[in-house]
Amino acid sequence: MADLTPADPGPRHILRGPAGGAALGGLIVPDQPCRAAEAGPRAALWLGPDEWLLLGFAAVETPFAVVDVGHRSLGFRLAGPRAAELLAGGVPLDLSPAAFPVGTCTRTIFEKAEIVLWRRAEAAWHIEVARSFAPYLCDMIAAIAAANGIGGQER
Amino acid sequence: MLLIRCPVCAMDRPELEFRHAGQAHVARPADPGAVDDAAWAAYLYLRDNPKGVVAERWRHVHGCGRFFNALRHTVSDRILATYPAGASRPEVAP
Repeated sequence: MADLTPADPGPRHILRGPAGGAALGGLIVPDQPCRAAEAGPRAALWLGPDEWLLLGFAAVETPFAVVDVGHRSLGFRLAGPRAAELLAGGVPLDLSPAAFPVGTCTRTIFEKAEIVLWRRAEAAWHIEVARSFAPYLCDMIAAIAAANGIGGQER
Repeated sequence: MLLIRCPVCAMDRPELEFRHAGQAHVARPADPGAVDDAAWAAYLYLRDNPKGVVAERWRHVHGCGRFFNALRHTVSDRILATYPAGASRPEVAP
């Protein structure tokens, strides 16, 4: 089973600059590659050595460059014991817990769409996708689920 | 599918996430006004095409977005090493 549901439509920002290790809104900006830090409703996802995606920050107090990208992308949550199997139908990465442990995040591709993939728990994933690709992503996930007999609510 | 190790992400990542970006270590002439047309054209257009190990620029465009260099064998298509942009070419046995 795997359920795809829209994530909270909270604020989204891109942080650029040498901010790794800095304290920001109750969490530490991760400086390890492909790691995410989460504190309550806020999260900072490493995208590049000077680039992070900030989720849930109403206002960002930092000397580094911050751009509001809330208009650009949508978030989805995919949860269920077969969620990794479903994602593996479109994501070319190794999604086993050993290769992609909890707390790992990365930009990657899902079929033809670029996504940000974040493993929040063993069987709970967060997917950020460009707004215009969201119908494509949902349709592809529904198709992969149907083809592999993975039930759930796809929206 | 090739698995390419991104030196920034420190992970083996699928080829689909990358873009090839041409020959590496092509040095721009320090004083472009002092080189003649032939030398400038060679800098702009002439690239090596060896049978064997080549140093290439690659970009992890659907990942961290960063450029890096890779040593690839043009016959076996095997990636022998990847290293950060700006670093000198490592010695590897082909």
